[in-house]
Amino acid sequence: MNTRPLRFGAIALLATLALAGCAGTTAPAPAAESASFSSSDVWVKAADDGMTAGFGELTNTGDTDLTVVSATSPATSSMQLHETVQNEAGQMVMREVEGGFVIPAHGSIPLAPGGNHLMFMDVTSPLRAGDDTTITLTFSDASSVEITAPIKEFAGANENYDGGDMGDMDMGR
Amino acid sequence: MRARLDTRSGPTRRTFLLGGAVAGVGAVAAIGVDAAASAQDAAPSTPLNGEVTVPFHGIHQAGIDTDAQAHASFIALDLRPDVDRDGLRRLLRTLTDDAARLTRGEAALADTEPELATAPARLTVTFGFGPELVARAGARAPSWLRPLPAFSIDRLRPEYGDGDLLLQIAADDPVTVAHAARMLLKDARAFTTPRWVQQGFRRAHGTERPGTTMRNLFGQVDGTANPVPGTTAFDDVVWAREGWLAGGTGMVVRRIAMDLDTWDHLDRPGRDQAVGRFQSTGAPLTGADEFDEPDFEAKDAIGFPVIPEFSHLRRSRPEDPAQRIFRRGYNYDQTPPAGILSDAGLVFVSFQADVDGQFVPIQRRLDELDLLNQWTTPIGSAVFAVPPGCAEGGFIGEGILS
Repeated sequence: MNTRPLRFGAIALLATLALAGCAGTTAPAPAAESASFSSSDVWVKAADDGMTAGFGELTNTGDTDLTVVSATSPATSSMQLHETVQNEAGQMVMREVEGGFVIPAHGSIPLAPGGNHLMFMDVTSPLRAGDDTTITLTFSDASSVEITAPIKEFAGANENYDGGDMGDMDMGR
Repeated sequence: MRARLDTRSGPTRRTFLLGGAVAGVGAVAAIGVDAAASAQDAAPSTPLNGEVTVPFHGIHQAGIDTDAQAHASFIALDLRPDVDRDGLRRLLRTLTDDAARLTRGEAALADTEPELATAPARLTVTFGFGPELVARAGARAPSWLRPLPAFSIDRLRPEYGDGDLLLQIAADDPVTVAHAARMLLKDARAFTTPRWVQQGFRRAHGTERPGTTMRNLFGQVDGTANPVPGTTAFDDVVWAREGWLAGGTGMVVRRIAMDLDTWDHLDRPGRDQAVGRFQSTGAPLTGADEFDEPDFEAKDAIGFPVIPEFSHLRRSRPEDPAQRIFRRGYNYDQTPPAGILSDAGLVFVSFQADVDGQFVPIQRRLDELDLLNQWTTPIGSAVFAVPPGCAEGGFIGEGILS
């Protein structure tokens, strides 16, 4: 598992209420969204600078839908949640997804080259193949998780880059 | 020596079957259906060989004591000039993760053809380190980790020699081998450039009983004297005991061209004499069974040794029992130039704890005298240190890189 829940505030609150014997009179506080989140096979395309992206599978083990509203990484000055859609001209383009990534209850969503992805907008420290980086996902209830993701050289996912720059091929070194 | 036959027929301890339980359910269900139901509806009664996996993690790397798979690619890579110790760590972490996933029958991370990863077919990936890699890791190399001494019979071509990092990728399915090789090469690309690739084959899976000694393309039974995996004899021959290489071994890869055209000139008695074994059974000329001990003292009616002085069997047999090796080679038969019938031979592969102490003395004797040298020519040669295996979460080479 490469997922580590950061906030247990809601769970801790619930436990405190239970210990105080107040459970009978207080509606149970909902668990943090992060508690029902897991991820697998998350990886990031190697890049020395500029843009790159992260991929993997995001899973919701809970009974209600989960919404990822934002993401950050120490390796980039900003990160966006992107989808890939067809524009008026028929081209596939990526754009920031409205409302975040919704992971259905007891379901998973794939993040993959050519589809949804975590967009590193401006890499500030080189992401070198074979190293790990971290990605923090924040949910709609402000809880969050930190994911450790290996970095891999990858020839695809070029919609993330200005076209024709083949220098990207060696960026994993 | 005969007792070996029994131990050879079983699967090695690394092998287990996936999907056995599923197949069992299918078999029971099949009994319940009407006899008129077509057999094609029933699940196969034995698991597909494509589902069989060989564990990647362990004290030793897989692909050495693993019963040899049908297909293998040997890929030697050269490190790019700027790859330092940290680069090596990143490279080997990535390749280890790829190998661990692929050998389980799972796609590697960022695998663009995950559909090709679903049939591991006993896939193993074995890593060997050349002298340059060990030097850049800042580790002390075993004294034998260097090119072999020059032998008079050698006609070495640089395009089949040496290398910094060796990948031995083997499986019973050539598509599996091709996909694993492609995935590993993609992840090695930022760190290495390909130096040479040698592909080889044995009998297809299911053609012969597992453990049957292979035949080379001369028709000879090749590898009878091998120690048997799982025995102390094997452990003593193969596994290094000291330092960072403990649990690893030494690997020799030599490309031996075999001249099938001139071999055709030799009649059966001449072939048997050249090797000292009957081509028919692999038995020594003094015996009846492949695993009979040769009698080097036996003389024929006019007083000549039955097993000739110049024969491969006599020349390769060590006087010192410590001078033994474990052979795990593959045939090659590549596209010949126009007008030539065959470009064939053997990707000779041997594993031994001490290359200088075990392999070199044997090769020296064969270099001095071996009738087979008339039809065989070494055209490639490389030596690698094969580090020990790793546990889950670790990586191959961590002993010198972390």
